[in-house]
Amino acid sequence: MKRYITIIIKLILTIIAVLLSVAAYYGLNDNGKQKATEYPYYVYFILIVLGIYIIIAAASVFLRTLRSRLVHKAPLLTGIIIFIALINIITTKTTMLPTLYFPSLDRIIGLIYEQKYFLLENIISSLKLLITGFIWGASIGFLTGLALGYNKKVGYWLNPVTKFIGPIPTTAWIPLALSVFPTTNTANIFLIAFAVWFPVTLMTSSGIQSTNQVHFEVSSTLGASTFYKVIHVAIPSAMPSIFLGVFYGTVSSFATLMAVEMNGNSSGIGWYINWQKQVMMYDGVYAGLIIIAVLCSLILTLLFKVRDRVLVWQKGVIKW
Amino acid sequence: MVGNISIQNVRKEFVNQDSSQENIVALNDFTLDIQPGTFISLIGPSGCGKSTLLRLIGGLDRPSSGSIVLDGKEIKKPGSDRGFAFQGSNLFPWLTVEQNISFGLKARHIYKDKKKDVQDFIDLIGLNGFEKSYPHQLSGGMNQRASLARALVGHPKVLLLDEPLGALDAFTRMNLQDEILEIWQKHSMTMIMVTHDVDEAIYMSDRVVVMSARPSKVEAVIDIELPRPRARAQDTFQVYRSKILDILNLGGDIGTIEYQI
Repeated sequence: MKRYITIIIKLILTIIAVLLSVAAYYGLNDNGKQKATEYPYYVYFILIVLGIYIIIAAASVFLRTLRSRLVHKAPLLTGIIIFIALINIITTKTTMLPTLYFPSLDRIIGLIYEQKYFLLENIISSLKLLITGFIWGASIGFLTGLALGYNKKVGYWLNPVTKFIGPIPTTAWIPLALSVFPTTNTANIFLIAFAVWFPVTLMTSSGIQSTNQVHFEVSSTLGASTFYKVIHVAIPSAMPSIFLGVFYGTVSSFATLMAVEMNGNSSGIGWYINWQKQVMMYDGVYAGLIIIAVLCSLILTLLFKVRDRVLVWQKGVIKW
Repeated sequence: MVGNISIQNVRKEFVNQDSSQENIVALNDFTLDIQPGTFISLIGPSGCGKSTLLRLIGGLDRPSSGSIVLDGKEIKKPGSDRGFAFQGSNLFPWLTVEQNISFGLKARHIYKDKKKDVQDFIDLIGLNGFEKSYPHQLSGGMNQRASLARALVGHPKVLLLDEPLGALDAFTRMNLQDEILEIWQKHSMTMIMVTHDVDEAIYMSDRVVVMSARPSKVEAVIDIELPRPRARAQDTFQVYRSKILDILNLGGDIGTIEYQI
């Protein structure tokens, strides 16, 4: 009985937080400095969140796993709603912060809503660049890492090259890449590929090299050819390390994406942020940052999901 | 019957990378003839080259001089005619039990025809229900069982066992000893086992080969003339045990003797 009361209190607190946010929005006096928006977008947004929350809560009456997840996450959601409400109060109700650099949530959310198609175009443009660069970088990185790790002669000649060129920050290549490559787009793809290539090469090679020697011997005694050993022993055994490389590569590809888009590109979220800053539209800058945050964390979540599938055999062995 | 191994004047020297030190001679003038279908145990002081000999028979290393011949053919590289059960289990951690056991068949592209053998061996070693488990989900004994099945599923003529039961607790160990004997009798192959355990050697083998300290030679070959199935608590065991221990002690400067009672 007591357990149920705690659960219900946890769930109701979230609703109370939303209602309090709305009350603060209408109840407190505005500082009058923020540019007014046509609609109260912040209120709409928070009510949509509440609506979704109530639907999930209703569904969780019947679904056990959903219920335990909801109860687990409800206090966190409450905290986030309160935090956002505080931001709204500080920016619109007080004069603590300069309104030019700290636009109201109404303006930021409204801008995302009003420019949704334009923003979507930029998101697609960014993703295209990111994915193309990533695929090139990861596949070339995997192959060089494999060659470096497996073949001692290749390692002797290529390791110093990799270790000399690899650590150069990608952004340092931008001026050269822009002048050497025929189009800006190919230069950008090269730069992102480069950012992914180095960590993937390094970690693949290190993973291959640390393959347990006994596993190679076991497979020899079982009649495996060299090719079979590479595919079925060296690569799977290096997989955890390769994933670590892909993870580092992905993170550094985000940084490179922003850098190239802010330098000489004319589309993409990075370009959008830079452009909005130049025209002093800080609501646009925040909108861009929010989109990037959502995008990057979605990509990383996806990466971890793939890893959990591929490395299912590692479950409970290694955690990162 | 196949599985005859003839070891002729084998010498194995390991080149020391540090040139100021002398090369290590693990085996010198080692000669031994192993009859098909026998169960041989190699026993001797620590570091005397038992595992080295096993690796030479397995083809993982080449002798510096001399020759090892299996059924009239000199051994030059690893092959599926010789199964090798390594120290510890060494299953591939990224494969399930079933995938581990079928690894060799798949590598040799004969999995399609021999699929049934995999299930037979899983049954034989009693891992039914664990086919889809990963090695880290199993106990040490189960890992060792699966590892044995992996070495056996290709029906090798010779099975080489490098202290296969070293890391296991006493009960699991005795159970597995019996299982290995059962497999050996059923499939009539030559077994060569490295062990530190004098009792284990006496309980399991037809012949115990006592090796001398480095550079190692055959010190004595003792035929264990006890009927099978053997009882562990037999009085005659004591006779063999003191005989082997005597030989190990009389070998001059032999370093540490490792045996477990």
